Amino acid sequence: MNRRDSLKALGLTAISSAVLLDACKPGAEKEQASGMDSTKQPGRQDFEIERDKRLQETKFFNEHEITTIGILADIIIPKDDKSGSATDAKVPEFIEFIVKDIPTYQTPMRGGLRWLDLQSLQRFDKTFADASPEQRINIVDDIAYPNKIKPGMLQGAGFFNLMRDLTASGFFTSEMGVKDLGYAGNKPNRWEGVPADVLKQYGLEDMV
Amino acid sequence: MKDFQIKKSDTEYDAIVIGSGAGGGMAAYVLAHAGQKVLMLEAGDHFDPRTDAQQLKWPWESPRRGASTTRPFGDFDASYGGWVLDGEPYTQKDGSEFAWFRSRMLGGRTNHWGRISLRMGPEDFQPKDGLTDSWPITYDDLKPFYDKVDRLIGVYGTVEGIENEPDGIFLPPPKPRLHEYFIRKGAKKAGVTVIPGRGSVLTEALPGNKDRGSCFFCGQCGRSCKVYADFSSSSCLVIPAIKTGNLTLITNAMVREVLTDKSGLATGVSYVNTRDLQEHQVRGKVVILGASACESARLLMNSKSTAHPDGIANSSGVIGKYLHDSTGASLSGFLPQLMDRKRYNEDGVGSVHIYSPWWLNNKNLDFPRGYHIEYGGGMHMPAYGFGGGMQGMNGLVPGRDGKIKEAGGYGASLKDDYRRFYGTGVGMAGRGTAIARESNYCEIDPKTVDKYGIPVLRFHYKWAPEEVKQAKHMQDTFKEVMHGMGAIITSPLPGADTNYGLEAPGKIIHEVGTVRMGNDPKKSALNKYCQAHDCKNLFVVDAAPFVQQGDKNATWTILALSMRTAEFILAQKKKLNVG
Repeated sequence: MNRRDSLKALGLTAISSAVLLDACKPGAEKEQASGMDSTKQPGRQDFEIERDKRLQETKFFNEHEITTIGILADIIIPKDDKSGSATDAKVPEFIEFIVKDIPTYQTPMRGGLRWLDLQSLQRFDKTFADASPEQRINIVDDIAYPNKIKPGMLQGAGFFNLMRDLTASGFFTSEMGVKDLGYAGNKPNRWEGVPADVLKQYGLEDMV
Repeated sequence: MKDFQIKKSDTEYDAIVIGSGAGGGMAAYVLAHAGQKVLMLEAGDHFDPRTDAQQLKWPWESPRRGASTTRPFGDFDASYGGWVLDGEPYTQKDGSEFAWFRSRMLGGRTNHWGRISLRMGPEDFQPKDGLTDSWPITYDDLKPFYDKVDRLIGVYGTVEGIENEPDGIFLPPPKPRLHEYFIRKGAKKAGVTVIPGRGSVLTEALPGNKDRGSCFFCGQCGRSCKVYADFSSSSCLVIPAIKTGNLTLITNAMVREVLTDKSGLATGVSYVNTRDLQEHQVRGKVVILGASACESARLLMNSKSTAHPDGIANSSGVIGKYLHDSTGASLSGFLPQLMDRKRYNEDGVGSVHIYSPWWLNNKNLDFPRGYHIEYGGGMHMPAYGFGGGMQGMNGLVPGRDGKIKEAGGYGASLKDDYRRFYGTGVGMAGRGTAIARESNYCEIDPKTVDKYGIPVLRFHYKWAPEEVKQAKHMQDTFKEVMHGMGAIITSPLPGADTNYGLEAPGKIIHEVGTVRMGNDPKKSALNKYCQAHDCKNLFVVDAAPFVQQGDKNATWTILALSMRTAEFILAQKKKLNVG
C-alpha cells in the first residue's frame, strides 16, 4: 500500500470527507446513536474510562483556591499580542483535574496557596486574591526567582516553581498554546529532511 | 462454589501458542500460513491498531494532557499494562529492584516499542572474550531468518559493513532532523560513530504487501499505527494469521500451567478467563511459549508433575537463571544555537533517525562488551510536562536584549522564553550489554500468589562492576558529545553514588535469558531449535532462550529465532518427530 492509500485508510481524502458529511445528517445520526455504546472509547481500557469519569465528578479546590490559581496563572502566562492568557486557555480547569489525577500535587498546591494568603495577610491585611495587582507582584517578586530567594521565602519559591510548571503544561498543551508555539506536525506528510533555508541558516549544507 | 468446574475442550489443535507478542505472533503466523490449526492464548484484551491506536490525537484530547498517570509512557501510548498490574504482583529478594513491564493486550509490548530493529552480530552469538557461554547457534545460522524477517516486516537502514552490526535488507532511512546534524558534529569530535537509524517502519511501500500502509511521518509509533506502517505483532502477524482461517485467538486467557501425560509430553494447557474466572483446559500436539522471558519461565516452573518435579523443561534447574536486561543511562540538555528556530513539521518517524553502534575496542577499556547510543530532541508535539523546570534553563543564556536573565520569573518575558526554547532540547541514552549471570534470576515466590491463585515471580538481580563501569563510560561519552556540539547539559551529572545513572535492572524492558538454549542439557533448558531438552513437543519463542544478549534490542532476534523454530516444528511434523 502506498502513502496515498494509507491516507485513504485514515479517512483523509475528499471521498471519505463526503462520507463523513453524510454520516452527520440527522437521519444517519439516529442510526449511529442506537448502535453505539457511549461508554466505550476505542483503545482505552474500562478502568481508565471509569477513573476519568470519577475524577471529573469530584472537586478538589474550593472557589477561593481556584480563583487564586487563576490569578497566579495569568501572572505567569498573561495575554500578549500572540495569544491569550492562561485562564483564556482554561489552565485552572487543567490544574483542578491534574491534582486529582496525580494526588501528590494536592498538599503542595493547597498548602502553597495557604502560604501565599498568609504572606498577603501579613503584608497587606488581605488575601492574595483581594490584594491589588501591585501588592500581588510585590509577593510574587519574592518567590519567582529561585536563585535569589530571601530567608524564610524558600517554601513560597518551591510553590511558585510548581505553579509555573503546571501553568506552562496546561497552557502549551491547549489548542491555543500549541498554536502559539507554532508546532507544525501531527498531520500526515512526507518528511524530506531539514528545509534548505534552515540548513543554510546553520551552515549545514555540506553535511547533507 | 459447587459450580466450580473446569471446561475441557475436545478439539486438539496442531499447536497452542501462549502469548501474542513478537515471538508468539511470528510462530502463529508461520504455522497458520502452513495450514496448521493453531490456538493462541493471550492474557490481555484484544487490540487492533487500526481502531484502537490513539494516533493523531492532540494533547488537549487527554484531560491529563498525555501525562503518564495510568500508562507509564503517557496517556496515548499503546500499552495496556505497565510496571504494576492490579492483582498481579511480583516480589524482590535481597533488596533487588528489578522492574518488570508487562503489556496485557494483543501484540503485547510490540504495540508501543521503539521499533529499533537491530540484528545481533557474530561476536554476540560467539563471544571471543570467554566471559559468557556461546550460543548453540552462530550468526550464520540465524542470518537467513533475519533476512526473511526484513522482507516480511520491513526495516529501514543503510548498508555500513560493520562486522558486529550486520546489515539487513533495508528500506530507505528517514533523513536526519536539525538537531541530529549537531549530534553528528559533536559525536565526530568525540570519536563516536553515528549512522542512520534502523527501524521497522515502512518509509516506502513494502514490496509484495497490500495490507499495510506506508509511513506518513507523524512520529507516533509509540501509539501504534492505524495504517499498519510500523511493526506491531498485532497488525503484522496475528491479524493476518487469523485471516488464514487457521488461527483461533482467545483473549483474556491467563495460562496457569502446561499439562503433560505420564511420559512427560505436553498435552495442552490450562488457563483461566480473566473476565469471568472460568477455568479451561485445551489440548494441543505442540505447546509454544511466547509469554515473555519472565512469564514463560514462571509458567514452566509452575508446571510441575511427576515427570517434571521441578517444573517442565527444568531438570537442569536453569530456568529463571541468567536473567539479564540491557544496561541503560542517559543525559539531556539543550542546544542554545537552536533558540528561536524556524517552525516546520519535523515529526519524522517514531523510531530513531540516527544512532551510534558500538564503536570501540574493549582491549583499551576497563569493562567488557559495549553499548549503542540512541538520540532524542526536536520540535515535538507538546505534552504534559512541557516547559517544566524552565527556571533551570532561562538563566543560562542571554535574553533577546543580549543580557543574562534572572532564572525563573513570570509574565510576558517568561511566556516568550517557552517559545524561544521550544525545539532546542537534546538527549542521549546508552543501551548496553549486561553480562548474563547465574546469580541474577527469577524464581517462584514460595509464599505469594496472584489474584488467579498462580504463584508469582520473585526477582534477584544485582548489577556488577562491569555494568557500572560501562555506565560511567556512557556518561563520559555523553558529556563529550554534548560539549562537542555546543549543548548545555541540564540534567544532573550522575556520579558513583548513583552508579553513574545506571537504570535499575528491567527498566530498559529488554529482559532475556531465563530459559536458555544450549547443547548441554545439564546447563540449558532448550536445544538449538528452542525445543525443550526434557519435552520434545514444547518450545519457547520469546526472549527467554537468549544465551547472552548483545547491546542490540531483542525484538529482531526474537522474530528471527521464532521463525526458525516454527519452521523447525513444520519440518519435524513432516518427519513425524513431534506432534
